Amino acid sequence: MITVGIDVGSTATKAVAFDGTIRAWAIRPTGWSPKDAGASILSEVLDQAGIVQDDVTRIIGTGYGRISLPFIDRAVTEITCHAQGAHWCFPDISMIIDVGGQDSKVIKINQTGKVIQFQMNDKCAAGTGRFLQVMAQALGMELTEMSALSLADPVTINSMCTVFAESEVISLLAAGETKERIAAGLLLAVARRVATLAGARTVPEKVAFTGGVAKNQSLCQALEGELQTKICTPAEPQIIGALGAAIIGQK
Amino acid sequence: MSVDYHKMWSELGMNLEKHDQFLGAVPSIYGSLFMEQSNRPQNIDYYNFVMSEVHGLRVKELLDLQSTGAKIVGTFCVFVPEELVLATGGACIGLCAGAQFSVPTGEKVLPRSICPLIKSSLGFKLGGVCPYFEVSDFIVGETTCDGKKKAWEILNEYHPTYVMELPQKKEASDRQLWLAEVEKFKNKMEQESGVTITPAKLKAAIKLANARRQVLKRLYNCRKADPTPISGKDALLISQLAFFDDPVRFIDKTSALCTELEQRIAEGKGVMPKGAPRILITGTPMPLPSWKLHHLIESSGAVVVCEESCTGTRYFETLVDETAEELPQQLTAISERAMNINCACYSPNTGRIDDIIRLAKEYQVDGVIYYSLQFCQTYGIEYYSVERALQEAGIPVIKIESDFSDEDAGQLQTRIQAFLEMIKE
Repeated sequence: MITVGIDVGSTATKAVAFDGTIRAWAIRPTGWSPKDAGASILSEVLDQAGIVQDDVTRIIGTGYGRISLPFIDRAVTEITCHAQGAHWCFPDISMIIDVGGQDSKVIKINQTGKVIQFQMNDKCAAGTGRFLQVMAQALGMELTEMSALSLADPVTINSMCTVFAESEVISLLAAGETKERIAAGLLLAVARRVATLAGARTVPEKVAFTGGVAKNQSLCQALEGELQTKICTPAEPQIIGALGAAIIGQK
Repeated sequence: MSVDYHKMWSELGMNLEKHDQFLGAVPSIYGSLFMEQSNRPQNIDYYNFVMSEVHGLRVKELLDLQSTGAKIVGTFCVFVPEELVLATGGACIGLCAGAQFSVPTGEKVLPRSICPLIKSSLGFKLGGVCPYFEVSDFIVGETTCDGKKKAWEILNEYHPTYVMELPQKKEASDRQLWLAEVEKFKNKMEQESGVTITPAKLKAAIKLANARRQVLKRLYNCRKADPTPISGKDALLISQLAFFDDPVRFIDKTSALCTELEQRIAEGKGVMPKGAPRILITGTPMPLPSWKLHHLIESSGAVVVCEESCTGTRYFETLVDETAEELPQQLTAISERAMNINCACYSPNTGRIDDIIRLAKEYQVDGVIYYSLQFCQTYGIEYYSVERALQEAGIPVIKIESDFSDEDAGQLQTRIQAFLEMIKE
């Protein structure tokens, strides 16, 4: 049985074709129309997999744009999907941290991948991909450059509000701080924020880290430090929601 | 609206332009949120009517009552002893406001980072958009939280505000303090109205206030059935209107509704299919017209069966002992009621945890949504111990922090749907 999961996020749209293994996957920017992005990614992933839509038993939609997809069989929230996807990648984990473009979440699951508890950021961009995007822009850096930074000597960033943190970054630049030290400080600030979301809960020995932001190696390292735990990142952290959606389609 | 109330509103000194703007939006919002629900009970028509006249007929009734010399008292809290207002022949109106519309006006005199309920309430007064404020002879504030306590100082510059001091613990000395506050309020009411509160008058008032609480209790009892015969949204609306409506008529109409609901239960009829996920909401009040959370939950296929809040069980579960015959005992009975309400203003407040777990069982809920208004310290902090207790009891819970605006509706919808996916199996 082949199923497809489509995750329309605020920044990127992802798709996975699944038949017990990941048969194909695709990522593209969401742009201004989640509906169009969903349709394009579907044909893209079908092409990649070398199949047509009739070969697909079920299509499951997730992500904030899930409601704008006319061709899906069912919509499931990204919380449930990330849990299923991460559980498939790492069957022994019990906590997932997902940091996407507009929100971040901490999900606790049981041995079967069922969600038992979750936390999401409140209505602001603090500790999300958007925060890093805005800061990279203020620093004149590429997001990829922020991925291979030394965290040895960071400045302290106090603001977690995207607007205030941007002013703070500009003040630090004006005061002659190096971009690298500021960027390192920003990554630590994000890691702290995400760790706060995990709250007073006991953090397990291994935590899965998913979402586009998990591609940032330095942030993974910062998060390991903050949580005092081992972070496991899937090979393609961005597609885990779509993967989970496809897996749910199998049931 | 059949009658034009502009003259009345103008005489009340309201800002007609702003008020038209506010009230003009209500029918379409109410229409899409309430009228489009399926399987509503017939007797809900009365509340549709009350809503269609929300700033009209009832305000006129209050003005008529006032013209006989009776006092209209605006309140913000279920602790305020409405019995003492009723005993003088006056009326008590719950002024707590739950609309984003008035928040920016409130922020002209209040910091942004305080409770939206306080900002909305003061905004209604400052903006001249609430006839209930204008018709009130005076307002009773109370020291439930720091935000309210300090906001009364500002409100008093715009409208006479009398403040009752609520104790923060429930020990003997705290009971003494609240009893003294109740006695002072009795004197205040007598002074304002020129009416002497006799034991007979107070007894009748106690019975009336209790009867209103009891009919709400009967309504909530109906919600224990599966399928539930009334939507959470409609039940919330009725709780909200209980703070405005004439008590005698409200009891009469709500009794009629309950009879219909009990009939529905006997026939196994409900507003949602049997087995729909049942949600208990616990936390901060949802004053009129705050319907967002209920709407998001019920449009996701679940049903709200109970609210452990001041616009829910905290308002009606505790009755005043009706047996006392003399004033001192009656006043003690009235003051004891507040001491039996488990509000987060008390420390500690473990009774609330017991209430939530009891209600979760009584209403056979599948999950609890802990609702906290943004910047509410007491309820926000209390989540810590409530969450732990619910987890120990094996009851799923999530916390939702929000305000009266709609900007976070999408995010909340995702959270609620994820929670429902989590509790389904």
